[in-house]
Amino acid sequence: MTLAVVLACAVFLLALAPLAVAVRGIQAASPLIYGASLAASVVSLAASLVHLLAAAPPETVALPLGIPWLGSHFRLDALSAFFLIVVDLGAAGASLFALGYGKHEIAPGRVLPFYPAFLAAMTLVVLADDAFSFLLSWEFMSLTSWALVVSHHRLPENVRAGYVYLIMASFGTLCLLLAFGLLAGPDGHYTFAQMRAAHPSAAIGALALLLALLGAGSKAGIVPLHVWLPLAHPAAPSQVSGLMSGVMTKVAVYGFVRIVFDLAGAPAWWWSMVVLALAGITTVMGVLYALMQHDLKRLLAYHTVENIGIVFIGLGLALAFKAYGMPFAAALAFTAALLHVFNHSLFKSLLFFGSGAVLTATGERDMEHLGGLIHRMPQTAFVFLIGCAAISALPPLNGFVSEWLTFQAILLSPQLPSWGLKLLVPAVGALLALSAALAAACFVKAYGVTFLGRPRTRSAETASETDSWSLAAMMLLAALCLVAGILPGLFIDALAPVGSTLIGARMPVQSGLQWLSIIPIAASRSSYDGLLVFLFMVMSGTLAASAIHRFASDRLRRAPAWDCGYCDLNPAAQYSATSFVQPIRRVFGSVVFAARETAGMPAPGDTRPAWLKVELRDLVWDCLYAPLAAAIEAAAGRLNRLQFLTIRQFLTLVFCALVILLLVLAVWS
Amino acid sequence: MVLIRDLAIQGAQMLLVLLLAPLFTGFVRKTKARLLRRQGPPLIQPYLDLIRLMRKDIVLAESASWLFRTVPYLVFAGTWVAASLVPTFRTGLLFSWSADLIAIIALLGSARFFLALAGLDVGTSFGGIGSSREVMIASLAEPAMIMIVFTLALVAGSTQLSTIAAFMTSSGVGLRVSLALALIALIMVAIAESGRIPIDNPATHLELTMVHEAMVLEYSGRHLALIELAASLKLILYVSLIACLFAPWGIESSGASVPALALGIATYVGKLAVSGFLLALFETSIAKMRVFRVPEFLGAALMLGLLATLLLFVSGTI
Repeated sequence: MTLAVVLACAVFLLALAPLAVAVRGIQAASPLIYGASLAASVVSLAASLVHLLAAAPPETVALPLGIPWLGSHFRLDALSAFFLIVVDLGAAGASLFALGYGKHEIAPGRVLPFYPAFLAAMTLVVLADDAFSFLLSWEFMSLTSWALVVSHHRLPENVRAGYVYLIMASFGTLCLLLAFGLLAGPDGHYTFAQMRAAHPSAAIGALALLLALLGAGSKAGIVPLHVWLPLAHPAAPSQVSGLMSGVMTKVAVYGFVRIVFDLAGAPAWWWSMVVLALAGITTVMGVLYALMQHDLKRLLAYHTVENIGIVFIGLGLALAFKAYGMPFAAALAFTAALLHVFNHSLFKSLLFFGSGAVLTATGERDMEHLGGLIHRMPQTAFVFLIGCAAISALPPLNGFVSEWLTFQAILLSPQLPSWGLKLLVPAVGALLALSAALAAACFVKAYGVTFLGRPRTRSAETASETDSWSLAAMMLLAALCLVAGILPGLFIDALAPVGSTLIGARMPVQSGLQWLSIIPIAASRSSYDGLLVFLFMVMSGTLAASAIHRFASDRLRRAPAWDCGYCDLNPAAQYSATSFVQPIRRVFGSVVFAARETAGMPAPGDTRPAWLKVELRDLVWDCLYAPLAAAIEAAAGRLNRLQFLTIRQFLTLVFCALVILLLVLAVWS
Repeated sequence: MVLIRDLAIQGAQMLLVLLLAPLFTGFVRKTKARLLRRQGPPLIQPYLDLIRLMRKDIVLAESASWLFRTVPYLVFAGTWVAASLVPTFRTGLLFSWSADLIAIIALLGSARFFLALAGLDVGTSFGGIGSSREVMIASLAEPAMIMIVFTLALVAGSTQLSTIAAFMTSSGVGLRVSLALALIALIMVAIAESGRIPIDNPATHLELTMVHEAMVLEYSGRHLALIELAASLKLILYVSLIACLFAPWGIESSGASVPALALGIATYVGKLAVSGFLLALFETSIAKMRVFRVPEFLGAALMLGLLATLLLFVSGTI
C-alpha cells in the first residue's frame, strides 16, 4: 500500500515534466509545477515516514515494464524508506523554496520540465529492486540533473561544468553496471532478491565493493572522484544546487550501502581499510578545498565532499565491525553514518537556499563582493547562521550529534583484531577531528565575509530581504536542525529498523531515557543530552542577561568603530575571504595545494598600488585528470585509424571481439 | 532530598567556578608581577575591573549588528556551562552525564565560533586579524584535544569526566607512557586555548602578534566584562580539567558529607594556587612566540596525542 502511494507520487512527478513543457508560456507555470512537486513530495514523505516508524515489513511490486523477461521490480524496505525520507524532505524544502525563488528564474522553460523529473528519478533509484530499473533510474537522475546544470547554458563555465559532470556520471554508471553484472553472475540474475540469495564469492564481492566505491563514490564526491561536484552543483539554480548537494549525493550513498551492505555478501576485513582510507582523505581534502574558495556556492559544494567523507568513515567502521562479528558496534557506526546523511541533507539544503537568497538579492556569488548583509537581510542571516553552526558540528545542533556518535564508534575500534585497522582508525579519527575544526573555520569565514562586516560593493549595500516562501523553507529546515540536535534519541530510534535489517543489530532504545538523553553503549561510558545542554545554555544566557540588565549600566551609544584609533573608511580594508584563510593557507596549503604567495611593493615615490598574488594548484586535477585526459586524447588519435578500415577488416574485428567475449563467458561459468 | 542536595552541589559548582575565575586570573597576574619584582595590582583587581566595566556605557560601533550584541551572552553561556560540567571538588555532578568530554570541548568550540564571528562583524582590520588567527590556532588545538580525549577514553573506558576522574584515583592506573604524552599535550593545548604566553599575550593590546585581544577590540562596557569573565572561566576550566584528570586527589565522590566537601573545596583551591604559580613561573620564563611558530607548537601537541592514542590502539596497556 505504502509502496503504491510512493510510486504513484513518482509517476505524478514524471507526468509533471510534459505538463511543464505544455504550460511553459503562461505566468502561473512556475508556481503550478513547484506547488505540485511540493504536494507530491509531502505525500511521499508522509508515506515513507509511516513505513519507517511502524517498522513495517518490506513491500515489493513487479511491474511489466522494461526488459520483457525481467520486468521492473520495486521494493520499499527500511533502508529505502529512510533514504526516501531524505529525498522527499529535501524535495519538499526545495519546492517550497522555489515557489518564491523560481520567480527570479531567467529561463524557466529550461528548469521546470526537468525539476519534477529529477525528483522522480531520485525516488525511483531508491525504490528500484533490480539492476535494470536501478541503472535506468540512476542514469535518468544523472541526465535530468545534467540538464538542470546547463540550464544557464550561455555561461561558458556552466557548459564546462556540464561536460565534466557528464563524463564523470557516465564513468560512475559504467562502474555500477559492471558491479551489477558481476553480482548477477553469468546466468543473469538481475533482481536484487536473486543477488541477495546468490551469496557471491569473496573475489566477486570484493570487486563489487571496489566498483561500487568508484561508481557511487564518483556520484557522492569521494576524493579523487569529486572534481565534477564543485563545478556542477553551483552552476544549477539554487534549489537544484541544494537538491544535488543535499540529496543526490545521499542517493549515491544509498547505492553504495545497498550494494555493499545488502548485496555483496559478507565483508572481508580489508574492505573497511579501503573505505576508511579514502574517507579520511576525502574529509580533510574536502574542507581544505572549501576553505580556499571565495565563491559562496562553490565553497558549499566542496564542503559536501567533506561531509560525504564523514558519512563514509561511519560506513567504513560499520564494515569493519561487521566483518569481525561485532554487530552492536557496527550498528552504532552505521547509525552515525545514516544520521549524518539525514543531518547533512538538512543543513546543506538550508545553506544552498541561503546562498540562493543572497544571489537573488545581490546578483553576487563571490564573497569578496558581499558583506554586511546581516543588516539588509536579517532573517536570511539568522537562518544561515543556524545552518553554519549546525554544519560546523556545534552543540546543541544536529551536526554535532552525528559526529559525536562517529567518535564513539571510533573509540570502540581498539577491540578490532586487525593490525592494519589498529593503525588506520586512530589516524582517521585524527583526520575527522581536524576536519571538524577546519569546518568551523570555514564557516566563520563564509558567514563572516558574506553577512558581517561592511558592504564591499554597491550591490551588497542595496540588497533587500528575500521573499516569504524562501524564508519559510529555510526556517523549516533550520527548525529541523535544532530539533534533530536536541532530541537525537527519537531519530536514532527511528533508524533502528535499518540497522536491524542490514547489520543484524540495532542501537539500544533511546526513547525511555531520562531527559531524552542518548546513551549509545552504556551510561558509564558516554552519554549526551542535547536538550539539557540547550536548556543550560539558554538558562545561563538569560541569567547573565537579566542580571546585567538589573544591576549594570544599560546605556549605549553609537560611534564610529574604534579599531585602535585607526580610521579606515574604506570597506576594502576589511578582512576578505582570501586574507582570512591566509594563516591556514600557510599551514596546510603549501603541501596540499602547492600554494605560492608573491607580493610586489612599488618603490618609494611610486604611486602604483602594491599587489599580492596567491597561486593555488589543484593537485588532483593536475596529477590525475590532466595526464588521463592527455592519454585519452592520444589514444583517440591513434584509434582514429579504425574509422578508415575496409569492410572486410571491420568484419574481422567484430568477429574477433565476439569470439573473445564468448571465451570469457565460457571460462567464467 | 537527594535531588535537592545534588542540585545544590551542582549550583555550588557553577557559582564556585564563576567566583573563583577572576580571582585566579588576578592571582596569576600578581604572581607574575612579584616574579618580575613589581608590586602588581591587588588580587581582587579583576573583580574591580569587571564592576567598573559593568558601570560604563557601551560604545557600539556604527556598523555593529544584532549578532555583535548577542555574542557576549552566547560566549559567556557556552563557557560557563562547559566550566560547570568539569568536576572540581566532587565527582558525579547532577548533570555531568548531559555532556561528556567531547561535548565540553565542542561547547568551547561554539563559544569560539561566535567570538570569531563577532571579530568580523564590525568590519575592521584588527577584528579580522584576531579572528583569522584564532581559527587557525583552533584548527590545530581542537584535533589535538580530541586525540587527548581519545587517549583518556581508551584508558578509562569512558568519555564521561566523572568516570575518568574516578578511574584515575583508583589503583588500576599506574604509570603509563600514553598518559604522560597526553598530559604534555593537554598542557600545550591548554596554554594555546586560554591564550597565554607563548601563544598569545593576554596583557597587551597593541602588539601585532595578538589574537584574542584583537578579536574583542571593539567591545566595551558590560559586553567586554562578560567576555573577560568568559576568558577567565576558560582558563580556570582548563586548569580544573588538568587537575581533575591528572591530579584527582581530594575530589570527593558522590555521597560525601558536608565537611568532606569543604575539604574538597579547600584542596581544589590549593590545586589552583599551585597551578597558578606554575603558570606564572612558566610565563615569566619564556618569550612570546612568532605567530607562525604556533602551528609547529600545536602540531607537536597533535602528534603527541596521536602517538598516545596509537600506543593504546596497538598495545592496549602502555
